[in-house]
Amino acid sequence: MTKPTALDSLEPVAGNGLLHRRLFLTGGAAVAGLTFMTARAAPPEVPAWMKTPGAPMRAYGERSAHEASVQRMVGSTPGAAGTGASRTPLEALEGIITPSALHFERHHNGVPDIDPDQHQVLIHGLVDRPLIFSMDALARYPLVSRIQFLECSGNSGGNNGAEAPQQTAGGIHGLISCSEWTGVPLAILLEEAGARPEGRWLLAEGADAAAMSRSVPMAKALDDAILALYQNGERLRPEQGYPVRLFLPGYEGNMSVKWLRRIKVTAEPTMTKDETSKYSDLQPNGRSLLFTFPMEVKSVITSPSGMQTMQGPGLYQISGLAWSGFGRIRRVDVSADGGKSWAQAALDGPVLPMCATRFRLPWRWDGTPSVLMSRAVDETGAVQPTRAALMAARGAQFRYHYNAIQSWNVSAAGEVSNVYA
Amino acid sequence: MRSSSALIVAIAGACALVANAQESPGLGVPATPEQIAGWDVSIGPDGEGLPPGSGTAAAGKAVYEAKCLACHGAEGAGQPNDRLVGGQGTLREAAPIRTIGSYWPYATTVFDYIRRAMPYVTPHSLTADETYAVTAYLLALNGIIGQAEVMDAASLPKVVMPNRDNFDSAYREPRRR
Repeated sequence: MTKPTALDSLEPVAGNGLLHRRLFLTGGAAVAGLTFMTARAAPPEVPAWMKTPGAPMRAYGERSAHEASVQRMVGSTPGAAGTGASRTPLEALEGIITPSALHFERHHNGVPDIDPDQHQVLIHGLVDRPLIFSMDALARYPLVSRIQFLECSGNSGGNNGAEAPQQTAGGIHGLISCSEWTGVPLAILLEEAGARPEGRWLLAEGADAAAMSRSVPMAKALDDAILALYQNGERLRPEQGYPVRLFLPGYEGNMSVKWLRRIKVTAEPTMTKDETSKYSDLQPNGRSLLFTFPMEVKSVITSPSGMQTMQGPGLYQISGLAWSGFGRIRRVDVSADGGKSWAQAALDGPVLPMCATRFRLPWRWDGTPSVLMSRAVDETGAVQPTRAALMAARGAQFRYHYNAIQSWNVSAAGEVSNVYA
Repeated sequence: MRSSSALIVAIAGACALVANAQESPGLGVPATPEQIAGWDVSIGPDGEGLPPGSGTAAAGKAVYEAKCLACHGAEGAGQPNDRLVGGQGTLREAAPIRTIGSYWPYATTVFDYIRRAMPYVTPHSLTADETYAVTAYLLALNGIIGQAEVMDAASLPKVVMPNRDNFDSAYREPRRR
């Protein structure tokens, strides 16, 4: 008898070849011998790039030219190029941080070109001392940094339709991104201005051509809102609100008003167009819900995912993202048999509140048609619903806050497609 | 928003401004009333913030046809962008039509949004009279006010939108920690 090896853990833990989540951590050479079977022609012993000096340093880096095909998917409103969205190519990325250049966009009238020396933030309304803050002044305040996701409330809305859209993971779910955001706690500025107790809400307004505006509960503003100045270590990108944006962890994305120019403390919500006509949820009974702020627990497998083709039977690592606007992800389960059986995925740490969490699970695909699913649970115990349950509860016409389980069909040929299962 | 008002009253004062323990460097510069008046373009549902001026549907028709029709269609019929007129009674149907007339809860929001964001290619270009007039035109096309009714800071907040009582707030203020 030889002693047990990692090969022993290749016993499936759920149907259709799902393996234990710690396999890749313990498997070592045994796993290496089994992997991915992507044999390629060996490169020349001394490749061309070893026979000449490399490129010099440069003042601002660019990615490899070989990665140029990794792009946001841009979609605009007819006749209004600055209105619409661009989606993060989730299927091309790993880890939890979205490169700033690939962070999704949703604009309501384009990206303004703002001179920070001419931009200021006004705090007024139900305050004792209306105040104006320059960008230089804001940068001198105590800063905090947090890694948190931002998700458009319309994300994944394509899956509302009668036919499953045939798109990539990013094409369907790419209105979620995750960054390290650094900024000034809004509570400090509201205290300096002397916000009054009757000010239960505030209006946040942007300096774009849509003057995007949303009402925000004062409780949220005092709890964890920041005026973000930095994203992933550098000043905000113009399309993320340069020089300053509101950031409301876990809340639907458009409330994190970009290009912030004004905060008005009010007793009641202002009832702007983008919180009544849009971003409100019409229910089957004809009544509508306002102020559905946090984004619900959700996950999506990014590899393998829609429009990809698997390279034949063998061992794969299923990889995906999970997140919740209500706190931390507690667990993610994965199914390879259309939801008949589930295996617990490994979560890459640290698992942070209101932050994307990477999950992984080894899968030995035997080459038969399979349906992959992931199901996230957050720290409040909320479980990501099936599509059937979500559609039954919310009706066919709802637009926002779609968080149902995503199913990917894998054909015998290895082609991955979106399927309602 | 009656339920949310009641909730707010019930817990008013329960939640003092607690701050983050950080000290502020105190770099905010006092804003003058004139500065605030120039910046403050938002209109509350009670009409707070509505400027002087007035307009009627007849005056608004000319402004609409010159500056809005290309995107929103003749008489607000929509295409290429949002439809603004009609759809009353469709909100329980499989394909509800959400317009100003069928869906929007407050007439003040129409004024607020036109003033802050429209026309799309030249926002902040309409006068207060033009904005009241286009608002009146859209409300009249939806059958909510009469053709001759004058919209101004006094009359606009009194307009009752057909769908006004069909909204509920999903937000519940947290208990004090």
